[in-house]
Amino acid sequence: MPGFSNADSGDIVSAIARRIVENRAYLSDIDGLIGDGDHGVNMAKGFSLAAERLRGEARPLSTSLATLGDVLMTEIGGSMGPLYGVMFSGFADALDGVEEIDAPAFERMLRSGLDEVQSIGDAKVGDKTLIDAFAPALQAFSAATAKGESFPVALDALIVAAEKGRDSTVDLVAKIGRAARLGERSRGVLDPGATSCAIILRTLAEGATAKLAGVP
Amino acid sequence: MQRFINDPDFVVDDTVRGFVKAHGDLVKLADNPKVVAFAQAPIRGKVGVITGGGSGHEPAFIGYVGRNMLDAVAVGEIFSSPTAKSFHDAMKIADGGRGVVCLYGNYAGDNMNVKMAVKLAAKEGLEVLTVVANDDVCSAPPSEREKRRGVAGEIFMWKCGAAKASLGGSAKDVQAVAQKAIDNCRSIGVGLGPCTLPAVGHPNFTIEAGKMEVGIGHHGEPGTHVEPLKTAAEVARDMVKVVLDDHNLPSGTEVAVLISGLGATPTNELYILNDTIDAEIRARGLKIARAYVGNFFTSLEMVGVTLTIMALDEELKQLLAVEVACPAPL
Repeated sequence: MPGFSNADSGDIVSAIARRIVENRAYLSDIDGLIGDGDHGVNMAKGFSLAAERLRGEARPLSTSLATLGDVLMTEIGGSMGPLYGVMFSGFADALDGVEEIDAPAFERMLRSGLDEVQSIGDAKVGDKTLIDAFAPALQAFSAATAKGESFPVALDALIVAAEKGRDSTVDLVAKIGRAARLGERSRGVLDPGATSCAIILRTLAEGATAKLAGVP
Repeated sequence: MQRFINDPDFVVDDTVRGFVKAHGDLVKLADNPKVVAFAQAPIRGKVGVITGGGSGHEPAFIGYVGRNMLDAVAVGEIFSSPTAKSFHDAMKIADGGRGVVCLYGNYAGDNMNVKMAVKLAAKEGLEVLTVVANDDVCSAPPSEREKRRGVAGEIFMWKCGAAKASLGGSAKDVQAVAQKAIDNCRSIGVGLGPCTLPAVGHPNFTIEAGKMEVGIGHHGEPGTHVEPLKTAAEVARDMVKVVLDDHNLPSGTEVAVLISGLGATPTNELYILNDTIDAEIRARGLKIARAYVGNFFTSLEMVGVTLTIMALDEELKQLLAVEVACPAPL
């Protein structure tokens, strides 16, 4: 199964940063409903700082992800800094030395990121966190490729599952993080982390799809 | 609302710069501008005592750096945990060769960043012990105390832990006494009005006119219930009841009391509350060894108050009496 070039795909990370910055106010607003309203602000700060460092020359996807992970981990703090920091570092580690990113490599990348997130956080599916978008997205991607679907079809499945997982958080009661203190009152609202995670995964998948279609 | 800020994205940097200029006799900025340290840190032969937390709680956390107090503080964005790097840098600058103890509050971000920083320090051969504060009674039932948030009881934890270090205690001694101090603390918050993160620009929750939120957290985390605003005496009685019902202290126990405004409550109202709080505590057969009333641990411009009661034994009483010099009015 064909893949896309690691070396030419660093701009996907810049696209992710752009989408997060565009959603700054939206993410903070939904965070304000069950958190303290700073999710978009902190995310935008970290992602734009990383975009700044990546500006200019074309870079491989793996090193761009590593830069993003590093910036989030060292500069952002909060809980999203370490969580997304280790996620992107996990992505980067799995792609290190990979020239052509095919579906199995992409899947290894996702799994490595998810493993890293779960190694520092305690969240499980159903706890109303970013895991609710991430875990089903990876599962859908794996299931599609296992069925013999093409890489782009598997990427579509990933996007659909990530957003369905994000939407599932509306009916969930937060079990972890600041919103957990709300108990039942956290029900009825999207989880900000799952929402930003779905944005990240969609942009990542769309970027990969475009690369596979030969869009420069 | 009207505020004195420049760029909302840089309020913390601007705050810390101004803070260091005001208190240059006691504090200094580390190479990392998100770490404030005691001017003489590290003190050779003394266990380093640090904390860290989100900004917007001034004078906490930075105001408790000083002589016989904290050696360094990692500074986070408004209401957001400092980075692992900042915690790690605070650990390094506090390291006087006898180990470091990090005394911080129970929040998801702080737990993760401290955990990562402890690992980073361990890689460099620096052992860092930790104590997590969980004194906020309304944030979880007694059966799940480990889930409770840390609030103003952290000040007593820092004070006792730091005093122990100054008196020559080992890292394990400091950890043990800080753990005892926070285990002996119970706190409750009552909110009357919300606060606004400068970069967000609008209040992140609402409290209707004429209502109060009982059990509110330091970042506006919702409390146990909202009810019509009562008189100060009634609110004071309710707060003492919640705290002491959870505490279950034998009659005759000596306690320290800390009443902190949340940022926009006039100081005189804190004294009005203390009038009844003092009477209520004594009416329950407890003795007040010392009371602190003022703005010690705020939440931006939230209208509200927290009450912390710490049960004392001889050791805690002595540690609390150790003289300190720090920017916060302790």
